[in-house]
Amino acid sequence: MAEAQKERLTDIGPPHYQKFLPPVIKDNYGKWDYHEILKPGVMVHVAEGGDKIFTVRAASPRLVSIDKIRKYADLADKYCDGYLRFTSRNNVEFLLTDESKVDPLVKDLEELGHPVGGLGNAISNIVHTQGWVHCHSAATDASGIVKCVMDELSEYFTSMKLPGKLRIALACCLNMCGAVHCSDIAILGIHRRPPKVFDDILPKQCEIPSVVASCPTAAIRPASKDGKKTVEVIEENCMFCANCYTVCPAMPLNDPLNDGVSIWVGGKVSNARHEPMFSKLAIPFIPNNPPRWPEVVDAVKNLVELWAKNARKYERMGEWIERIGWPKFFKMAGIEFEKEHIDDFKFAGLTYKRSTHITY
Amino acid sequence: MADQLPNTPMLDELEKGKWPSFVKEIKTAAASNDMSKDLLGILEKSYSEKIGHWKHGGIVGVLGYGGGVIGRYCDVPKEFPGVSHFHTMRVNMPAAWFYTSDALRTIADIWEKHGSGLTNMHGSTGDIILLGTTTDELEPTFQELAQEGFDIGGSGSDLRTPSCCNGMARCEWACYDTMKACYDLTMHFQDELHRPAFPYKYKFKFAGCPNDCVASIARADMSFIGVWRDEIQIDQEKVKEHIDKGVDIVNDVILRCPGQCMKWDGKKLEIEDEYCRHCMHCINVLNKGLKPGKDRGCMILIGSKAPIVEGAQLSSVLVPFMKMEEPYDELKDLVERIWDIWCEEGKARERVGEFIQRVGLGNFLEAIEVEPLPEMIAHPRENPYVFYEEYYEEGDDDDEEEEEE
Repeated sequence: MAEAQKERLTDIGPPHYQKFLPPVIKDNYGKWDYHEILKPGVMVHVAEGGDKIFTVRAASPRLVSIDKIRKYADLADKYCDGYLRFTSRNNVEFLLTDESKVDPLVKDLEELGHPVGGLGNAISNIVHTQGWVHCHSAATDASGIVKCVMDELSEYFTSMKLPGKLRIALACCLNMCGAVHCSDIAILGIHRRPPKVFDDILPKQCEIPSVVASCPTAAIRPASKDGKKTVEVIEENCMFCANCYTVCPAMPLNDPLNDGVSIWVGGKVSNARHEPMFSKLAIPFIPNNPPRWPEVVDAVKNLVELWAKNARKYERMGEWIERIGWPKFFKMAGIEFEKEHIDDFKFAGLTYKRSTHITY
Repeated sequence: MADQLPNTPMLDELEKGKWPSFVKEIKTAAASNDMSKDLLGILEKSYSEKIGHWKHGGIVGVLGYGGGVIGRYCDVPKEFPGVSHFHTMRVNMPAAWFYTSDALRTIADIWEKHGSGLTNMHGSTGDIILLGTTTDELEPTFQELAQEGFDIGGSGSDLRTPSCCNGMARCEWACYDTMKACYDLTMHFQDELHRPAFPYKYKFKFAGCPNDCVASIARADMSFIGVWRDEIQIDQEKVKEHIDKGVDIVNDVILRCPGQCMKWDGKKLEIEDEYCRHCMHCINVLNKGLKPGKDRGCMILIGSKAPIVEGAQLSSVLVPFMKMEEPYDELKDLVERIWDIWCEEGKARERVGEFIQRVGLGNFLEAIEVEPLPEMIAHPRENPYVFYEEYYEEGDDDDEEEEEE
């Protein structure tokens, strides 16, 4: 070999962030005075000394090819001396010092098919999981539903006409890699059929005591079939969490006839005004209807527009519902209230209405 | 090579519309990559059958690490050999996801050579996700990344890749240097990040203020949220400028204050800071006129998680205020004490938040030598079933009293 073997490196950690910060950020680190949103997707941060950095935020499908990454890099070179970043909701942000380059960049991004927006009182990008693209436990696809919902709601990304911020998230199963449990609107893939036990491979692939212990409702017990050790599921005790499947591949819950999505509302992460809140169940089940999931898109759009029409300024979905009360919410949203809406797991009693504070 | 793309009538529907299309991204990669070509095929199959075709993970990785790679195999390898192995590598992103164009091109070049050419920018925990490669390519990919200064991230029962908001780099509200703290702790705990030795995953997220742009209170086992403990800084002239520009200060600010600690007499804004709950709303709305105070640090909260296994939790207060200064010894010491007791007593797949629920916050605090404080609770207990640990026998108390004197 012509080239000497390079020393094997481990435990070096991520590259130091200083290498990636534009000079205007290095000069003004910790010295920013205020920011202003100039128009949808464009903001300026002004430093105490007067320096400015302009940010242009654009949508991204999160699943991006290296070709697209190189296009982002080319745009960053053309307009931003090579500096860009991504946000915690998977938007891409270009960092400029020359205001005159903002509009041409916005134009290039739009031509590339990446709408500019997501700032202020708008819908930001939907955070989501892998779905059928890459996950073994998905009850639905992730990227597909996100694409369809945002095709329909993109005007709320590219404008700032909503009463407050709206955060939508999607997780394709209850594992919630997308942590949708604190979103204004959460789209959550759910299974509804208890695990099928593959008795022939279970003893080879799984430790039976761990499988039994994995069930939070004690619905799994050891069993013997044809002299072979396996497990059985007490189906009426299964709440479809799929924790058993996570520890044991021989117990899949995926099932095309019974998998689908549920819709949750009113969660938030920020501490602004109201404390952070969990999302609560609005629609227990909508069947999977690929490729465009029209029922899910309609349900989400209905919720967004209902909130947009009725909420007070700055009021997040959950704050609005708390003010008007859940009975009114269900009525206004045209959603039938069902048994599934009532919690029956731990601390369920805390979710009952324990007062006369009800509107008629 | 991939000369012809598979027939995908359902996926083609997802190339239409205003939002950027992930199907276009896969097709772009598939034009020159057989893995991505078969990914298109298997995804179309999932769309028509309404079920995923990925098998449960397997144990694959790089030499000397236990985390950072997610093994993935499809259940129809004969039909789609290109994705019979389709493992994911998690690459530890730079703090707050800042890049240069050159750094992005470096990653793209390495991934063109070794994988599917598809990525997630970024994964849910924050890593750069390199989506899909074979077992043989893992170690070479890792080493090429390492030569360029990148390391892989966490997975499984280890410290997951810590993440942070952009803090002082581009925000006026950062109450501590989130990027520095995130980088420092990530480097300090490299062993815990790469070699799973915990009962389950453990996440750190660093947010510069209570707006919490990285969702730390919902998604991190340990949430570090910037906060101040003195008075909000007020510039009365700039507050008036906001009002002149149309801010309805009474309805949009004063009446929205959860602590009801603000007053506006038509000329001057007054805040009773003693009752301020540090929610950020007034500062968000009047962002030129108001700023967080000068005595800044962070609040540490513990235990948030998604539902699996025992239900979702939000983090709850552990340390109401800590100064965040290098070398973060107080913080690292606290982390070690928590890991000691959780690793000793925690059950498999029990997140620290569930562990605390099981043993009780009071007992947990005792074990990690942290004093109980009223800031840690929404309210004191409502039930009278107290687990007292000691009681007196007849004749005990005389001795005790004497000792106390």
